[in-house]
Amino acid sequence: MSGTQDTQGLVPAAQALSRRPSLEELRERKDRTRRHLEPTGDVMTISMGPQHPSMHGVYRAVLDLDGEVILAVRPEIGNLHRGVEKLCEHRTYHQIIPLTDRLDYISGFAMNHGFCEAAEKLMGVEVPARGRYIRTMTHELCRISNHILWLGTSIMDLGTQTFFTICFRDREYVLDLFEMLTGARMTHSFARIGGVAKDLPDGFDHRCRKVIDFLPKRLAEYERIIKQNRIFLKRAKNVGIFTSEDCHAWRVTGPTLRAAGIARDLRKDEPYAAYPEVEFDVAVEYNADVYDRFLVRMKEMRESCKIIRQCLDKMPPGPFLAPDAAHSLPMKKNVLRDSAAMIQDFYQVFRGPQVPRGSVYRCVEAPKGEMGVYIRSEGGAKPARVRFSTPSFYHGQAVPALVEGEMVADMIAIFASVDVVLGDCDR
Amino acid sequence: MSDPVAQLIFLIIKAIVMPVLIILIVAFAIFFERKFAGFFAGRVGPTYLGPWGSLQSFGDIFKLISKEDLIPAKSDKPVFKLAPYIAFVPVFLVMAVIPFGPVGGEANLFGYRFDYVIASFDAGLVLFLAMGAMAVYGVVLGGWSSNSNYSLLGGLRAGAQMISYELAMGFSAAGVMLMAGSMSLIDIVDGQAGNFWDWYWIPQIVGGLVFFVASIAELNRTPFDLAEAEQELVAGHLTEYSGMRWGMFYFAEYVNLVVVSMIVSTLYLGGWRAPLEVLDFIPGPIWLFLKICFLIFVYMWVRWTIIRYRYNQLMSIGWKVLLPLSIANLLVTAVVISAVN
Repeated sequence: MSGTQDTQGLVPAAQALSRRPSLEELRERKDRTRRHLEPTGDVMTISMGPQHPSMHGVYRAVLDLDGEVILAVRPEIGNLHRGVEKLCEHRTYHQIIPLTDRLDYISGFAMNHGFCEAAEKLMGVEVPARGRYIRTMTHELCRISNHILWLGTSIMDLGTQTFFTICFRDREYVLDLFEMLTGARMTHSFARIGGVAKDLPDGFDHRCRKVIDFLPKRLAEYERIIKQNRIFLKRAKNVGIFTSEDCHAWRVTGPTLRAAGIARDLRKDEPYAAYPEVEFDVAVEYNADVYDRFLVRMKEMRESCKIIRQCLDKMPPGPFLAPDAAHSLPMKKNVLRDSAAMIQDFYQVFRGPQVPRGSVYRCVEAPKGEMGVYIRSEGGAKPARVRFSTPSFYHGQAVPALVEGEMVADMIAIFASVDVVLGDCDR
Repeated sequence: MSDPVAQLIFLIIKAIVMPVLIILIVAFAIFFERKFAGFFAGRVGPTYLGPWGSLQSFGDIFKLISKEDLIPAKSDKPVFKLAPYIAFVPVFLVMAVIPFGPVGGEANLFGYRFDYVIASFDAGLVLFLAMGAMAVYGVVLGGWSSNSNYSLLGGLRAGAQMISYELAMGFSAAGVMLMAGSMSLIDIVDGQAGNFWDWYWIPQIVGGLVFFVASIAELNRTPFDLAEAEQELVAGHLTEYSGMRWGMFYFAEYVNLVVVSMIVSTLYLGGWRAPLEVLDFIPGPIWLFLKICFLIFVYMWVRWTIIRYRYNQLMSIGWKVLLPLSIANLLVTAVVISAVN
């Protein structure tokens, strides 16, 4: 789809004619699938969450039910609030990176990456090519691990636990790669201002290639299971329709938006890291229902494998961290050998980067949607204000619009399909 | 010792041994369910207690008995306490009418006649359907008395589901009834004398499949486990139950699994009969046991493979697909039988 899309990120007209239902058609379909009940006196109120098997953390939804049909939803968040944004004001930029991992702990690197991109923009740091490629590759590994986990849990929310563990088995291969690359399996804190923490370890290339050769086969198998399962089709098709205008109104981004026919992908639209230098397609589907969100994510995982392969092929030599003594840490291996690097290390660790005044907003395409970071600096090593605009928050607030008029069982499926993680939502 | 006295002694022995055997089967069914679930999911399942983890169920029971019995403060206490028994007792009663070997004929044990059935009852099939309907009350009352919205929804779902599936079940069983010309399970097995192609599963293939699907709903297992629906209703009607009261529901579910497997094999798979007449030297109970094992495996296989239907989809399958199919099956069977006679 690259090169063929117009400036608004819409798909070309010829393709639209063949596959794409118009917005009116989708609106009409949405209207038809939702049940419009007049609220009667017999409303049952259920508090779903914060302790509930399928609330993906501590999301609480207070449901008004008429029988099995949802009349109204009042979402409640904040049960996992840790004050990350406030904590950031008391940390140097380097120290903030480990905090960002804990936002969306399923895809920690994407959060690191978003913050570092913003900080680099603020400081005017140029990331060397190798650093950009490693970041791109890690980000895509993150996307795969996030989507596989999502696939397992969302199918579990539809009622089977077998698929869940099978997906976890495959996620394990990606987590092993992370362990090899960063030393941690989930909260890697791998990005640094100006690059990444470590170079690729020996043998990583070979192992990573093995995994990305093997994963698409597994994914094809899963896709076959999903597409041929009549119960799944019944549960997912024309359920939870959320048109592109709804997405815009509620600032829903990422796979949910792309399943509504909008080819919005920051990796293409506002490229960063090494994304302009790799070939990939934006996964788009047009029916805006739970089923299409599945398809979008399955496609995205395959595209991620493609991106990772290209990154490994093109991996440029050279430094993986910017040689910018004022803003970034030195490469760790040099610290005990090179006096300049040692001085830089002390300087960065004890004083932090010296950042000009100003404010900056930067967003990246995290696996769950657009992850934006706003930083306001009043000079010095610590930001005056950091604001994370994370996808799960917006997806969580859109839940009432997504599920009203659907049945309880569908609510679980829809909630799973928009992919919310509460660490990301509450911060 | 006169024959009636011997029959009484046999009856007492059967009435004690049979439930104990079933409970043992159930204990291992629970173990195998977990083991199979593990295999299907690429795990190993229970491994600690006993060889290969095989004593897991006994550990579970011990744990459940030793747990605190919590009763919600605002629940309807007498009903809350009664519900597990209502779920538990009827499923055991059905066992009495299922033959597990030849019934009648000449003396075969110490000069006395040993019937391989606890109660030779003329309307065994009706008893099975009636007891199935009774057991629903346990679930519905349990859900209603818990004073929890999740439980209430679970109980309502269970009630609606079981009523609609019982109809399909009854109609498809009626096809077998017509073929055997009797409602007695003993006569139904006698009607299937011969090799495995003489069993009712060939002429009653449609009815058999409908009965099987409806029995999954009756057993409350995926894809029809809406009453429990862990991902939606936490645990449905079981949400507020704990300890051995919960255990009784759980246990009743598995006893029901064994009993329904027995009924399915009795109605469609020749009951205790050997698949080939030359294999008749192997006693009937063993064949019945093997068939139960096979059916239990199929039920588990389905459960760990398929995802759950939504509530309205389940109802539409019950009323729009299974019920018409079973009625059509009954009509065709009736027409064919009257044409043949």
